Amino acid sequence: MSRLLSSRYAALMFVALVVIVPGLMLNSSFYLRVGALIFIFGFAALGLNLLMGYAGQVSLGHAGFIGIGAYATAVLPTHFGWNIFAAMAAGVAGAGLIAYIVGGPILRLKGHYLAVATLALGILISMVISNEVKYTGGPDGMAVPRLEVFGFRLRTAQHWYWISGGVLFLGIVAAQNLIESPTGRALRALHDSEVAAGTLGIDAARYKLIAFVVSAVYAAISGVCFALLNGHITPDSASFLRSVELVTMVVIGGMGSILGALVGAALLGLLEQLLAQFHEVETLILGLVMMAVMIFMRDGIVPTLQRLLFSRRAS
Amino acid sequence: MLLPRNLKALCRLWVADRFMAELLQFVISGLTVGAVYALVALGFTLIYNATDVVNFAQGEFVMIGGMVSAFAYAAGVPLMFAAMLAIIVAIIVGLILYRFGIEPARGASSVVLIIITIGASIAMRGLAALVFDKQFHKLPAFSGEAAIRVLDASIVPQALWVLGGALVIVAALWLFLTRTLFGKAVLATAANRMAAQLVGVNTSFVMSFSFAASAAIGAIAGVLVTPITFTSYDVGTALALKGFAAAVLGGMGNPLGAVAGGLIIGLLEALGAGYVSSSYKDAIAFMVLIGVLMLMPGGLFGKAHTERV
Amino acid sequence: MTAPVLEADGVGISFGGVRAVDNVSFRAYPGRVLSIIGPNGAGKTTLFNLVSGVYRSDSGRIRVNGVDATGARPARLAQLGLSRTFQNLQIFGRMTALENVMVGRHLRERHNVVLHLLGVAGGEHATREASEALLDRIGLLSHAHEEASSLSYGVLKRLEIARALATEPKVLLLDEPAAGCNAVETAEIDELLIALAKSGLAIVLVEHDMKLVMSLSDSVLVLDQGRSLVEGPPNDVARDPRVIAAYLGVAAEGDLAGGRMPGGTHAAT
Repeated sequence: MSRLLSSRYAALMFVALVVIVPGLMLNSSFYLRVGALIFIFGFAALGLNLLMGYAGQVSLGHAGFIGIGAYATAVLPTHFGWNIFAAMAAGVAGAGLIAYIVGGPILRLKGHYLAVATLALGILISMVISNEVKYTGGPDGMAVPRLEVFGFRLRTAQHWYWISGGVLFLGIVAAQNLIESPTGRALRALHDSEVAAGTLGIDAARYKLIAFVVSAVYAAISGVCFALLNGHITPDSASFLRSVELVTMVVIGGMGSILGALVGAALLGLLEQLLAQFHEVETLILGLVMMAVMIFMRDGIVPTLQRLLFSRRAS
Repeated sequence: MLLPRNLKALCRLWVADRFMAELLQFVISGLTVGAVYALVALGFTLIYNATDVVNFAQGEFVMIGGMVSAFAYAAGVPLMFAAMLAIIVAIIVGLILYRFGIEPARGASSVVLIIITIGASIAMRGLAALVFDKQFHKLPAFSGEAAIRVLDASIVPQALWVLGGALVIVAALWLFLTRTLFGKAVLATAANRMAAQLVGVNTSFVMSFSFAASAAIGAIAGVLVTPITFTSYDVGTALALKGFAAAVLGGMGNPLGAVAGGLIIGLLEALGAGYVSSSYKDAIAFMVLIGVLMLMPGGLFGKAHTERV
Repeated sequence: MTAPVLEADGVGISFGGVRAVDNVSFRAYPGRVLSIIGPNGAGKTTLFNLVSGVYRSDSGRIRVNGVDATGARPARLAQLGLSRTFQNLQIFGRMTALENVMVGRHLRERHNVVLHLLGVAGGEHATREASEALLDRIGLLSHAHEEASSLSYGVLKRLEIARALATEPKVLLLDEPAAGCNAVETAEIDELLIALAKSGLAIVLVEHDMKLVMSLSDSVLVLDQGRSLVEGPPNDVARDPRVIAAYLGVAAEGDLAGGRMPGGTHAAT
């Protein structure tokens, strides 16, 4: 049963249903927007999960890469007259490149040292965004040009619901491909025993770097989508709290589980909307829920549920 | 011809003097804020050594210290008692955090424990916004506001309170850990929990103690610094970040390293703000942090890894 | 005699002032089995860790296949044709038995992350087939799709051998392959190793099962307190008075202390 649930087609079907059914049923642009946001941050969490759950490395600065994707999409066309598609591609490539350059030295660090280095990296990126007011508008943020495809302007929440749902779906397919590939096996092997993986010819540094770059690219793509959906971005999208939110999505959903990253994103996204109604106690409850989930389901929601289901069938 | 040359020399002297005074000013303000980071980092280290938990709620203890004392003082409680009340509240919160947040999750992976403490920090912030408010609050300076002039730099007396307080806490903690039996039990637990248990140390009590002591240290820092920086419900996160960075810079688990790390980060911030750019002052501190870790992956005073290089 | 595939020349390492391995040399030849024996704590596993790049030797030289590999990391040594198993199992627990072996094919696969993301990289079939063949050879094909962490100790011991073989090594280091195995399993391993040696593989073996060592080995190297004591044909070594003394001495001490000598085996983890 657990195999079936975690098998790739079941997961894909499940996600397709979760995207399509509410998409057809929801009419309010508010809920469609919430849905699109969940897909977009789920996408970033998916990438971070490749780094945390498969390569076993933590990053407390991944929102920095979201910021790079988002701000490239806004700044390059606005101030440098770039074509917006070129700007989007440049944002994603730029994030990947920065991850590649910085990742080499940073990923030699272990545990809490790595956590602090990535945290510092994320803060540096968000600081550049907040301080280069001339280009980014500083803390007030800036407008993002609207995307036009064949003269058709993509701007409603409904458009972006389907686009981000589609992007998420493709992101899952790619992540599954990767995990089942030689690269994925190398990553999983490193996570279980770095020594043994080494004696089989796996270069640990290289594979950690690969996971770091791939996760940064995922984050940047999510940033591009976020900028286009929102039409306006602020340095908040690259802040430390956003980074923490991403890590929380991955851990709460279940590290090393693709569905987990999505469940984590959905839980946090919905919780935020739900709690917004009681905004007096919003942060208090959010914090308590985070604690409770981690105390009672330390492996994360999806792996815990899988185990429960599995053991019930077995006995 | 004589006069201009004299004037030039005079100017140079004046510039040099100005430079020294400015530098001294930056160093003092850097050490003051650095002392607060050092205390947060010390709290991190204490808890980390006893429990292996990186407590991201450490900054909230500083917030509690500041907010509780500010509100108590505003309600007419004498400053001394307001401060004591704040410390007691922080200790209770620290013990609750350990008993209901950390103990039930014993043995979970370190990232899970980090999420729990981040959750705790968010919850404490939310609770503070509810119980208190979202405004800034301050305490009166303990020995008046009149600045003391030292070599053309002006020092607010409260800065001396912060520096002195930090010094007393570090010294007291050091004496306690090395000179008392219970302190040695804490060190033993840090070195090897299983072995400490086997020789009869009540490790559960030691862990509760580490949370209580860290909370108290944080709250004292909060009380001391509030007259200078003010406080509000959300000052904890930034402090936790800086404190964590300081603890890692000094070498995770090394108390003196944590103190040094805190002072260094405070100094870098103040000098960066003074000489480079105040909007990039944090950036300078974090860039130095990354640079140091590249060269010394175990922090400044961390133990060298015995693993293969 | 053909050229050695593995040459260790005067290697050594210290841990906190204790010389765990000191100036040890040996050579492994294609098609031959070299056994390294010695009392607990003699430094056998540490020697393995040195030769396989897990630790860095602070003296001497190591050559694999004629190439200087002194100070090389495990991944580089694997490229040169050295593979190993571990005394204290280093299995990828969250992967299936088959996947464990497939990881061993790493060096035989093409690696392009973009193609892997797109799911269009070829060669997966070849990897799977080669890995299944290896599982079949060590008699674990029926466990192919079980998660490794759910398999028994004896099975995992053999799985590690299959995984190491998947790299198609020239020299294979086996750290107590028969430990924890019953008589039938030990006989199977015996048979497997003979077949492997016959196919031209150089085998270096650390083993406590003396019957296995005596029947398999072409040559035996005895370590004592980190130093090499004797090397020679098994029968000569077994009769050597120094060897007997070393074993008896430690046996008596071991009985008194009721446990192992410190150092060697624990330093391996």
